[in-house]
Amino acid sequence: MPCTEDHPEDIAADIMAEARRALEICNACQYCNGYCAVFRTLKARRQVGTADLLFLANLCHNCRSCYHACQYAPPHAFGVNLPKSLSLVRQRSYRDHAWPPLLRRRLRYTGRAVVIATLLAVEVLTLAAILAVPAGTLLGRHSGPGAFYRVVPWEVMAGVAGIVMLWSLLAIALSVAAFWRGMGPAPAGVSLPAALRDTVLDVLTLRNLGGGGAGCYGREGGREGGLSQTRRRFHHALFYSVALCFASTAVATLYDHLFGWQAPYPVLSLPVLLGSLGGGGIMAGTAGLALLKRRADPVPVAASVTGGDRAFLLVLFLAAASGLALLALRGTAAMGPLLLTHLGIVLGVFATLPYGKFLHAPFRVAALLRAAMERNAGSRTRPPA
Amino acid sequence: MTRVPRDCDVLVIGGGNAALCAAISARRSGAAVTLLEGAPRALRGGNARHSRNFRVMHPGPTPWTRGSYPAEDYRSDLDAVTDAATGAAADGTLARMLIADSAGIIDWMGRNGVRFQSGADDCLPHSRKTAFFLGGGKALVNALYTTAEGLGVAIHYDSEACALHLKDGLPSVTVGHPKGLQVVRARAVVVASGGFQANRGWLRDEWGEAADGFVIRGTPHATGTMLKALLAEGAQPVGAAGHCHMVAVDGRSPGFDAGIVTRLDGIPHGIVVNRDGRRFADEGSHTGPTRFSVWGDRVARCPGGVAFSIFDAASEARFRPSIFPAIRADGIGELAGKLGIDPAALEATVGSFNAALGSGGIGADGFAMGTEPPKTRLAAPLLVPPFGAYPVRAGVTSTCLGIRVDGKARVLRDGGQPICGVFAAGVIMAPNILGRGYLAGSAMSIGAVFGRIAGREAAAHALH
Repeated sequence: MPCTEDHPEDIAADIMAEARRALEICNACQYCNGYCAVFRTLKARRQVGTADLLFLANLCHNCRSCYHACQYAPPHAFGVNLPKSLSLVRQRSYRDHAWPPLLRRRLRYTGRAVVIATLLAVEVLTLAAILAVPAGTLLGRHSGPGAFYRVVPWEVMAGVAGIVMLWSLLAIALSVAAFWRGMGPAPAGVSLPAALRDTVLDVLTLRNLGGGGAGCYGREGGREGGLSQTRRRFHHALFYSVALCFASTAVATLYDHLFGWQAPYPVLSLPVLLGSLGGGGIMAGTAGLALLKRRADPVPVAASVTGGDRAFLLVLFLAAASGLALLALRGTAAMGPLLLTHLGIVLGVFATLPYGKFLHAPFRVAALLRAAMERNAGSRTRPPA
Repeated sequence: MTRVPRDCDVLVIGGGNAALCAAISARRSGAAVTLLEGAPRALRGGNARHSRNFRVMHPGPTPWTRGSYPAEDYRSDLDAVTDAATGAAADGTLARMLIADSAGIIDWMGRNGVRFQSGADDCLPHSRKTAFFLGGGKALVNALYTTAEGLGVAIHYDSEACALHLKDGLPSVTVGHPKGLQVVRARAVVVASGGFQANRGWLRDEWGEAADGFVIRGTPHATGTMLKALLAEGAQPVGAAGHCHMVAVDGRSPGFDAGIVTRLDGIPHGIVVNRDGRRFADEGSHTGPTRFSVWGDRVARCPGGVAFSIFDAASEARFRPSIFPAIRADGIGELAGKLGIDPAALEATVGSFNAALGSGGIGADGFAMGTEPPKTRLAAPLLVPPFGAYPVRAGVTSTCLGIRVDGKARVLRDGGQPICGVFAAGVIMAPNILGRGYLAGSAMSIGAVFGRIAGREAAAHALH
């Protein structure tokens, strides 16, 4: 029989079996337990079930330090490649917990859908504007408060964005809820505030992407032999820049609703400063991460997941770049087309959040919380030293 | 690979911890250094790639070690393992040097790129005596290679030292690599090529056919070629050719390089039978960390070099499983069939073991009354199906034959005078200190301490 057909179920079983095999070797070794929470969490388990696999795969931050340090990595007979094995399980976990459930067998994480959806959002928005707004207004110069809303009325902008955001938030929440159940029953008798505090610290510091201080493994060579904190720094740049962009939007919303000050705001206003800083940071972060991805040693990377990673970085980069272009050219006739492009890309990003690489963030937070809860429960039952 | 240069100041033979320490220290002393690693790049690092910790003397807590480990404690731990095994004390001078210099290992390694794990980390085995490096041995090896390359040490992979020539003038070595043979001359040679455990023929000379059943836990490049060459040149042997550091491993382990993960954890919980289906030793005699090596030794002496750990479903829950699936059956006879043991013999063994426990009972600490041989701890009848088994073999870490060195790591002849320009470090000289004994983390410390000494002294000799 020709092997050209994909058999998703067989592949899923293979992926799970291979990850389980690798983790069982890891658990017998445990040399990597200084790198991240995966190995400590694994250690408490005598055997690795499907729920454990989902949990550990999403706890993994893919720093690849363990691969670099692995005495059993290829070409060793055991051929352990934990980062690759876990990233394949992780991708299955996004797919198997997607919402609505209708999508669960159908989603592919090649990244193509994310890019197409984003382009489509730009197209639809532009087409609607061409039909509804006179060409003179669309390509005219506008200035002063409310300039943007002459091209896209505020009600339309807020309405469409609101609906898309609500849908995405709902889909993400339900996916995460399904994933939380998929990790098996949560430990009982846990101090939730303490576990939450640990989780927030883990998220804000990306402690688990630090390779126990050694950093991520990129590729052989260099002064540190391929290990560095660069990837973590670029991820921080991206994460905190997205936060700045949200802060910018929040401030702008206050300006509008509380004080009646309508966008666009002056260059030295808080929303523009926050947004510009955030936009620049997103561009730097996404470009840096994409570059590192391009240069990385391909062996510990699952080729089938990188498409989705790249697509997400690309649309984020475009959202930031179009936003900054809009800021630079808002006084010119290009404002209308740029506004439509920027809004379209942002809508595309929001619409695809539940169905692409973004899902790694809430799933990882859930896994970190679960790990913190286990640690908390463990320290409560352990006798004092 | 790049061609091995014909001449260098210091030629380091080996690519593990001791060799890297020697190369780095010789290079820092100003010598032009070439290092020959027999393994390909991806599997470089000798047995150090499977290691995990250094045994270090320290007067008080450090970020990487708990409590304190004074020199006297270190010395008495050394004496306990060497005395118990041989009745002969370790070389006192070298032991004192090891202990004193071990205090500086963490700092030196840190300056050369190696990271350590916090001593307070509750994920680590509790130890006040050893410091664990972050990520284990391969991470250490990677860091040291990066440092050595950065310093300009010429590193050659797939390069096996095949012959040593000491007769006329400068020492030279015939190097075999995929492109052929080449002779390299040097002003000084540091031999850090480990034991001979990967040499099946030599093992068979010492152990007979039992050697065919041994699993080698580390590098396949520890063939002992340089050890044999040095002995042929008149170097004085130390230790014992017929002894190995061994642990009990799953008999399905690959022949080489499986490291720590195929050790069998749960042997004391069940019973152990030989291939005739008979118990032959007290399974409860060792339940702590020594259980691995005790069973390695016992299994090495079994017919065919193989034994079987047998347990029932109740006792199986009390230990960590092997990375290989247990062989299972609902009845003891059926299990015996799967293991290639006479079913009647195994049924008789398990039957009489259970009967003795049933009639004699189980005393304090799980002492089984009335079994022969006794089971002094963790005794429980094998009653709950499915029954499970792991094949057990002896996994050899390293052999215990070495060559005599002095405090400058110079290789000594039978008469005690040094062989000009030849130094040794690591497992090839560890029996000077350990005899046939073994102490966790001590071989790595010997490699680090005497590797640095050998590198420094070899550079001084070469640049003299």
